[in-house]
Amino acid sequence: MKNIDLALTVNGRTEELTIPPNRTLLELLREDLQLTGAKEGCGHGECGACMIILNGKTVNSCLILAAEVEGADIVTIEGLKQGDQLHPVQQAFVEHSGMQCGFCTSGQVLAAKALLDENPHPTPEEIRDGMAGSFCRCTGYTKIFESVEAAAHLLQDHQGAKL
Amino acid sequence: MTLFYRRMPKFDYIRPSTVEEALAALSHGEPVRNQVFSGGTDLIPKLKSRAIKAPPNVIDLKGIKSLGYVDFQSDDGLRIGANATIREVAQSTSVLANYTALAEGTGLIASNQVQHRGTVVGNICNAVPSADSAPPLLAHDACVVCVGGAGERIVPIADFFVAPSVTALAPGEIVKEIHLPRPKSGERSVYLKLASRGRMDLAVVGVAVLVVVKDHLIQQVRIGLGSAAPVPIRASQAEAALIGQRVTPELIAQAAAIAASHTTTRSSHRASAAYRREMIEVLVRRALTQVTVPTSSHV
Repeated sequence: MKNIDLALTVNGRTEELTIPPNRTLLELLREDLQLTGAKEGCGHGECGACMIILNGKTVNSCLILAAEVEGADIVTIEGLKQGDQLHPVQQAFVEHSGMQCGFCTSGQVLAAKALLDENPHPTPEEIRDGMAGSFCRCTGYTKIFESVEAAAHLLQDHQGAKL
Repeated sequence: MTLFYRRMPKFDYIRPSTVEEALAALSHGEPVRNQVFSGGTDLIPKLKSRAIKAPPNVIDLKGIKSLGYVDFQSDDGLRIGANATIREVAQSTSVLANYTALAEGTGLIASNQVQHRGTVVGNICNAVPSADSAPPLLAHDACVVCVGGAGERIVPIADFFVAPSVTALAPGEIVKEIHLPRPKSGERSVYLKLASRGRMDLAVVGVAVLVVVKDHLIQQVRIGLGSAAPVPIRASQAEAALIGQRVTPELIAQAAAIAASHTTTRSSHRASAAYRREMIEVLVRRALTQVTVPTSSHV
């Protein structure tokens, strides 16, 4: 196998690495960059635990080869908070107990952020549909959806404060 | 039971910038031919689970910038390039306005994450009978533009699916685009997917219907069925029973029964063959009803 040189931006930092061609993006993030927030829940793109934001869009990093992301802009769960300040979506999940074991939570929070970025006032049906790609074995989803609704309100308040 | 391996097998990675480069790379590879991909959402799980043998090289088509289009021209119809993602097609204003079944079918494929990477061309090239883009493409009478060393050729969508996971692509060919003809005036279409977990499951059965109804007479009808046979199919006998006829609930029920009786459904862990056959009848009836219900714009 021929190693590949990569340069990409992860959570605002430029990273330069050399990786084998069969490395997945999930492996690169967890093992080469020690960003272990993304998890391998299923390994084949169904559960959403490995979700990250690639060039502005949520993707399952277990389904992407590291070689594909030359020059890309990546945001992981670690990149959401600003210093000590939690992102409103994270804050909502904390306040509304949107997690139990926490394994799916990185993906759930990113999915919620992406949903609310696109649709700031989702109906309950739109929340279920937009979060469909994030599975949870613990919570039964109720608290997750409540956290997303709370996050929508928090983000609205933040918007109001900015104006 | 399938063994599930954590790590990818070994292969090299090529990223051509033109179709010609991709075709040149595609015609090589020993003992397994090099394999193209765009979204990777079907290829990577297959490689990981060893469902297919690793090729010497995977060929990333995303370097070919000219293939990312979703292009609608009112006189030509819709052209979907090989790299156009499922989400781009599902959310395209032209698709939503002119190809309802396609918008609905693509919108029901898996999760948003998968839709951001996976492509509609990849969905048909993967060629599983449950593919949600297939019944709509059959109903819209699409054709597939294949390109290889010998040049371009056009394959009607109904001929594109040869067997489960087998397409009409010749060795050394890739799909360049899918072309849907321009919509006729008065066309209405719908896609219905039966699945226990909605989007996230493969379709137990999938039904797409397109009609043109004028003065209560069916001028045109096409019915695409998924998971009703080894490949996505048209319900041609049901169509023949509908064409030129006056829309009535009895006619619709009859056509749905005919459609179901001409399926060769399979039993799997998702559903039995008998259940699938019954559900084809139910969904064809519902879909036909939905697209023939008079709207406020109809007299």
